[in-house]
Amino acid sequence: MPQPLVGSFPYDKVKGTAVPKPTRTASEQGYVSEITKGIAVTMTHFFKNTRAMVRGERPDPVVDPMSEGITTLEYPDQKRPYPERFRGVHRLTHRDDGSPRCVACLCCSTACPAQCIYIEAGEYGGKDKRHGYERYPVKFVIDELRCIFCGYCVEACPCDAIRMDTGVHPVPYDSRDQFIYGKNMLLAMASQAGKQKHENPRAEPPDADYGPIERLAGHH
Amino acid sequence: MTLSSIIWTVVKILIVVGFIVNLSAILTWMERRQSAMMQDRVGPNRAEITVFGYKIRLFGLLYPIADAVKMFTKEDFIPPNADKVLHSLAPMLSLFPPLVVLGVVPFTDTLCLDNLHEVVQKNGVVASNWHFFSSWIEQPSCSLPGAKNFIDGCCVIGCQTAGVVHQPWAEHFGTCPANVAPGMIGAIHMQVIDFNPGVLYVFALAGMGIVGASIAGWSSDNKFSLMGGLRAASQLVSYEVAMGLSIVGAIMVYGTIRLDEMTRWQGDHVWGVFVQPLAFILFLTAAIAETKRAPFDLPEGESEIVAGYLVEYSGMKFGMFYMGEFIEIATSSALLVAIFLGGYNMPFLHRDGITIAVGDAVVWKQHIPHILVILMQAGAFFGKIFVLCWFQMFVRWTLPRFRYDQLMKLGWRMLLPAALANIFLTGVILIAFDRTGTEFQERMGVVGDFVNLATAIAITFVQLWIVIGFFGSTQPAIRRNAFNKRARSAGEIVEKALAS
Repeated sequence: MPQPLVGSFPYDKVKGTAVPKPTRTASEQGYVSEITKGIAVTMTHFFKNTRAMVRGERPDPVVDPMSEGITTLEYPDQKRPYPERFRGVHRLTHRDDGSPRCVACLCCSTACPAQCIYIEAGEYGGKDKRHGYERYPVKFVIDELRCIFCGYCVEACPCDAIRMDTGVHPVPYDSRDQFIYGKNMLLAMASQAGKQKHENPRAEPPDADYGPIERLAGHH
Repeated sequence: MTLSSIIWTVVKILIVVGFIVNLSAILTWMERRQSAMMQDRVGPNRAEITVFGYKIRLFGLLYPIADAVKMFTKEDFIPPNADKVLHSLAPMLSLFPPLVVLGVVPFTDTLCLDNLHEVVQKNGVVASNWHFFSSWIEQPSCSLPGAKNFIDGCCVIGCQTAGVVHQPWAEHFGTCPANVAPGMIGAIHMQVIDFNPGVLYVFALAGMGIVGASIAGWSSDNKFSLMGGLRAASQLVSYEVAMGLSIVGAIMVYGTIRLDEMTRWQGDHVWGVFVQPLAFILFLTAAIAETKRAPFDLPEGESEIVAGYLVEYSGMKFGMFYMGEFIEIATSSALLVAIFLGGYNMPFLHRDGITIAVGDAVVWKQHIPHILVILMQAGAFFGKIFVLCWFQMFVRWTLPRFRYDQLMKLGWRMLLPAALANIFLTGVILIAFDRTGTEFQERMGVVGDFVNLATAIAITFVQLWIVIGFFGSTQPAIRRNAFNKRARSAGEIVEKALAS
């Protein structure tokens, strides 16, 4: 049966070193001088920060993030630039005539571990130079809620048709259907530098510098 | 009671209540923004309205408006088992006392309505033959035996105007010439309630604040509320005692419990903080404790009892508690100003203008029309309140909370004995001062003038410091460390990449 906790603490039976009680000076016990010191610290911060705020001399939160003073980034107004290779929302690159560079080979949707890419392939029309030569995506849908932003689709693409260099992180929306980006939406995106074209030097049929490979007309 | 006096009372109530309510709204903004400045944050600055296509933010000053809209439109929830009457009554009981406490606090000297453009001297004599650029008014000579000089319409020892012998400094200050002249509106005392209890009225109403908090705690049907209410009751009762006793020393020095007379005494001598420094500190501490804010925010104690007696309140009922708390800051600041910081007085600003004088030696004198003096006094009074509120915010955001036993120990074992010692000491000094000769007392008067001079210089210096510090042209030094250097180079790379 446990003993009730009465009497003095058995200091002689407990092994260990006693932590001495902190000694306090008269000025510490008198509060006033210590409070004055504390308020002096906060006042210093207050005046420095207010002054920087009034004069618009706050340290740049991007360039001097660890400065003394207010280094808060006021997010929607100020944005910290993403690194160059940041994987943001996808975009589909353009050819010179504005058509998608994508040839609907389904490499990306096959590589996608989250299975968030849906592509419906279609043939170009009979008059088109590319008729019978390559296909194009009739539908190109990415479910951005499913996407895990691994970048495998970009790696898998043989045509540099899909890129994740928009620098835009997925935006919160009101409903789930708004997260499903269609072809037009993906084609409308641009890279961080504002480019809508690809980065790959290889030219494709409608591009101006396309030349070496010419299909025989009428050959299917 | 005439019609004009009723109108003037209404006007005074509007001034006081309007000031105090608006100040409390500004204080809610100030608390957030100031604490942000103290803690290296930005603080709230995003509430905006769009006027003609322009987005106006006003440094976050629109937050109180947004808060008010939120409070009014929120659901007013009463717990099912709560006492519905008391639950609704408690916010009113805690908002009402701080609103009416300021009724006895004078915010300017007596206003002489018929002499606004003239120079009214201390004893109510109007100096008609003055103009701005001649600093001296033709004074009647002092024929009384022993009179040295003629200052402010009075001989220094005693003076004779219109066949009446006045004692200077005493009861005749704040009178107006219109008092005697028939058919005039007359003198207006610039406090809402002009009656004798003064400080007693203040304490009677301040004591009512306990009722609101403890009823709120009891009626909410919540154990946290109840504990908060109990804590509020015990804390407020404890600090009420220290508060009341700390002021006794000041009452002994001033010889009155009327706040307007206290203020006049300080205008004629020195500010109360210099004669009663200990009482000032004790009163300040007790006043902060009475506002139930950190470091004395045990009744609300978020970490252990959620929000104390406020747990079950929402909507505007919570808003009333919140408002009452901020109004209490303003009223306690106003009381501190009136009792210890000279009220509406500034050093050397007298009823007839600015007189910089040490002892009998007048350094500079400028007469100022009555209306301007009144406006300057009002500005001084409200400005001092604002500065003191600002200081209380500093205390609230600097100090950590007391433990409950520490709180009680501080109240009963430190503040109370110190207040009693202050009373005893003040009594001894007062008796000793009365036994000394006139010469010593005159010398102390000169010392008081020097203190006034020091105060004036200090105030001027601080104002200059703020103006130069804020608008001077020096660049602030940003201290850079290794991390910053790395971050800076990384940032430059990013910027270059973006530019290319």
